[in-house]
Amino acid sequence: MTTKKQPRVDVKKTYKLFINGAFARSESGRVFEVTAKNGDFIANPALASRKDLRDAVTAARAAQSGWAKATAYNRGQILYRIAEMLEGRAEQFESEIALTSQITAAKAKAQVTDAIDRWVWYAGWSDKLQAVSGATNPVSGPFFNFSISEPQGVIAIASDVSFIDFIDAIAAAVVSGNTTVVLVPGSLAVPAMTFAEVLATSDLPAGVINILTGSLDELAPWAASHMDIDGFDISGINKKKHGELKVAGAENLKRIHAFSTGQSPTRILAFMESKTVWHSVGV
Amino acid sequence: MTFEYAPAPESRAIVSIKPKYGHFINGSFVAGKKHFPTINPATEEVLSLISLGGVSDVDKAVAAAQKAYTKSWSKLSGKERGKYLYRIARILQERAREFAVLETLDNGKPIRETRDIDIPLVAAHFFYHAGWADKLDYAGLGHSPKAYGVAGQIIPWNFPLLMLAWKVAPALATGNTVVLKPAETTSLTALLFAEVCQQAQLPDGVVNIVTGDGSTGAAIVNHPGIHKIAFTGSTEVGKKIARAIAATDKKATLELGGKGANIVFDDAPVDEAVEGIVNGIFFNQGHVCCAGSRLILQESIAEEVIEKLKVRMSKIRVGDPLDKNTDLGAINSKEQLVKIKELSAIGDAEGAQRWSPQCNLPDKGFWFAPTIFTGVTQANRIAQEEIFGPVLSVLTFRTPQEAIDKANNTPFGLSAGIWSEKGSRIFWASQHLKAGVIWANTFNKFDPASPFGGYKESGWGREGGKHGLAAYLKNGKETGAK
Amino acid sequence: MSFYGLVDGSEKSLLKFLEQLSGVDQVGADSRAAMLATRSIKTTSKKWAIDTAISMVDLTTLEGADTPGKVRALCSKAVRPDPIDPTVPSVGAICVYNDMVEIARTHLDAIGGEHVPVAAVSTAFPSGRASMEVKIQDTQDAINAGAAEIDMVIDRGAFLAGKYGMVFDEIVKIREICGEKAHLKVIFETGELVTYDNVRKASYLAMLAGADFIKTSTGKVAPAATPPVVLVMLEAVRDFYTITQRKIGVKPAGGIRTTKDAIKQLVLVNETAGPDWLTPQLFRIGASALLNDLLMQRMKMSDGYYASPNYVSID
Repeated sequence: MTTKKQPRVDVKKTYKLFINGAFARSESGRVFEVTAKNGDFIANPALASRKDLRDAVTAARAAQSGWAKATAYNRGQILYRIAEMLEGRAEQFESEIALTSQITAAKAKAQVTDAIDRWVWYAGWSDKLQAVSGATNPVSGPFFNFSISEPQGVIAIASDVSFIDFIDAIAAAVVSGNTTVVLVPGSLAVPAMTFAEVLATSDLPAGVINILTGSLDELAPWAASHMDIDGFDISGINKKKHGELKVAGAENLKRIHAFSTGQSPTRILAFMESKTVWHSVGV
Repeated sequence: MTFEYAPAPESRAIVSIKPKYGHFINGSFVAGKKHFPTINPATEEVLSLISLGGVSDVDKAVAAAQKAYTKSWSKLSGKERGKYLYRIARILQERAREFAVLETLDNGKPIRETRDIDIPLVAAHFFYHAGWADKLDYAGLGHSPKAYGVAGQIIPWNFPLLMLAWKVAPALATGNTVVLKPAETTSLTALLFAEVCQQAQLPDGVVNIVTGDGSTGAAIVNHPGIHKIAFTGSTEVGKKIARAIAATDKKATLELGGKGANIVFDDAPVDEAVEGIVNGIFFNQGHVCCAGSRLILQESIAEEVIEKLKVRMSKIRVGDPLDKNTDLGAINSKEQLVKIKELSAIGDAEGAQRWSPQCNLPDKGFWFAPTIFTGVTQANRIAQEEIFGPVLSVLTFRTPQEAIDKANNTPFGLSAGIWSEKGSRIFWASQHLKAGVIWANTFNKFDPASPFGGYKESGWGREGGKHGLAAYLKNGKETGAK
Repeated sequence: MSFYGLVDGSEKSLLKFLEQLSGVDQVGADSRAAMLATRSIKTTSKKWAIDTAISMVDLTTLEGADTPGKVRALCSKAVRPDPIDPTVPSVGAICVYNDMVEIARTHLDAIGGEHVPVAAVSTAFPSGRASMEVKIQDTQDAINAGAAEIDMVIDRGAFLAGKYGMVFDEIVKIREICGEKAHLKVIFETGELVTYDNVRKASYLAMLAGADFIKTSTGKVAPAATPPVVLVMLEAVRDFYTITQRKIGVKPAGGIRTTKDAIKQLVLVNETAGPDWLTPQLFRIGASALLNDLLMQRMKMSDGYYASPNYVSID
């Protein structure tokens, strides 16, 4: 008996959310469809709900003090590890971005190499932030007085649909010791969930970066009003909607920022808080 | 034998208060339409009539500030701008006693504090920021950071002139012009400061002062010609401002409320800790956003510290704010006194034990004896809400981690104190406290070189030091909104 | 032996006791003292303070050049500081070297100054560097000559070397010599102990060993009776009273030259140890030049115009 060789059916990925280091389906059971430029079906990413957001915030809060307490050297190494893992899967990211977004393959390739280099750049910041943002303050009196910058806590990110902006927002928030809940819009879900796989193999503690795919319109207001979120990067949200989010965020005086350019230490410092310590000096 | 200190009142002769004040707009005083009285809270004597600024007054002030910004102030080099600030600092030093007496009359705080703390710090603030004016390139905010234009500044009544200095000095040093509204109950020193601006020959319109109430403040916040808001006051109003400017490009610095934890470990220098506790909550009648209003004592020494604290509290001299020996002056307003009484009554109702030393409070004016509540728990309202008066809530802890957990268990994050003779413990505690200003073996110290501001609901941004400059310069933290 | 039931006199028990004392934050103590120095003492309270301060002065001469004539003149001044104004109180004591005690006592008794005690500096003052036998003899001589108060120095070398037991034992022995005849003041020479922690430790060592007074300095070393040092000592006597119900006196000495300085000291007493200590039985000021400034200020208070040194005696 001879068997005719059949074309292989490839194994597709089930898209889930990335919460507390684990891949979980949305509690809502909802998904949305991502298609290629030509309309071909690509994936059904999870459409995260506000309850998923709540769970992600819980995970981020639980992870925050540990991540902030890790030495700057350690955080730097983990961010560098993310770059290493990203490099190894560069081709996959290039094809996913090219397939799902409106940019060309060449531009997709450029974005991925930029993204890798960006992680290297941020990794190096972890142990230099204090040197550029801190100060010893010459007060008039017998006191040693210094200012240091600390992470604010849990930062929500409403990411722009561009992969490189997604990377900038996350890296800027976590390098200082914040943990994040990243809201990912539309087709970015595909490379974003692949990126979650990178994170899962990068020694990153569970809960430091949580990724929710779905609708920014649906989730951003919940993030803005969530009282256990300290900061909100709304760079991915249309400026017309900033007002209502800031109104909601005023309830706990969330630090809400939007950025037009990515790579800058000011973006890191925007989600840090300056602490000044006085100590008496005597014998 | 008893050593009674005879009255030692500072002379009022050094100040001359006009019967009525207008606004200070474009370099001169402009008569207001409506007026309200400002009183001495220690005697309820009416000191003067203050103009109630409306939308049109704010319009005029903003127009003057805009014109000053484009025509003169933004064209002036940092070097020359700085010299105006130096002039102001020197004139403030020359007229320090006059300002101290006026502040005490209008605010009710003791002359010892206005003379030794408020006014010297005011001058220091201008002197410090004067030197920044031509060095902004080195402030870590990029090359040639730019001013916003017109800054709208709203200040509280607890440190009237000092809060003016915290706002005006960095704004001018960074090249902004100013529309400032002093607090309703304490406008007089701001209006005297206007005279200092005139003596310093500060270009017209660089500093404009519009007096009034909350509605005047709202007119400033909502004015489209203002690009930067700086507010010090309650968290409640701070949130209102955040909402009001949400849909605009206005930037805001907010210095808001607090419920500062003053943690005393069992190895603390006890006598100095007791002084620090007293200074933490009774300085300025407890009208201090960063007051150490929650005393968190290690249980093993709680009894000893409370006993010593009571002995020390009975030495606090309450009375005439103009008396040089007064430690605790008048509560700033009837409204504030009512609030303090209400929250204290809640403390009683919650079962905490209230204690105050024997003291004879004057018949007239607004007074509240120094008070501690012991047996307070985290669940009590007096452990959570800002009383903004001379009322201390005492809690205890068993382990260092528990102290930190209790200290951080609040939506506020402005200040904290640590008392310990162990260096490593101090650094550990200061790392774990979520507060913008931490005092180790001291409390309530301020300096223009030292950034001040809070975490969480205690506000946005910092004032003072290198960090405070970012609040008034465009190349600050954000790289631009989309 | 038991000292107030708090220590047994052994090195070990002393160490244990001193270890549990809380530290002193220098900045905090300095700022408290500085704040109290701003107290404004005027009119009636100033008048009261000046007379009180006069009654607390240990009028002192401790010079190699001291002669009987000089000591007698000082005694006259001690009894009647202002010869024209009898309402001026006598000073707290005359303080001299032990060889001058008899001269002082005799002269005081001769001029109606029986109520003014003579204090003698002792134990190889000011350095304290002598054998115990010499220190005991030094003290005994002074008492035999009529000293009612002994101002002994501690062995600072032993203290700084951590030999607290040795410091303690010396005080105990001198206390025994004093017996019922003389009050014991223990001088620390705080300028040599340097830290406030040491001042606090020395205060407790002396109090536990039986001192009636603790005294800052010999007057031969600067800094001497700085307000924060006196503050720390006043805190010690206050807390010691809480534990033992015994009131120990405090004597700042050295550097207190003006009425203003003296009033600052009284304010420190009033607001730290409390009004109970505002008596010559519990607070003395070791000084020489101070008395004349107090007298001049007193004249200003009563006459209404500023005084001249020509009107107070230089003795």
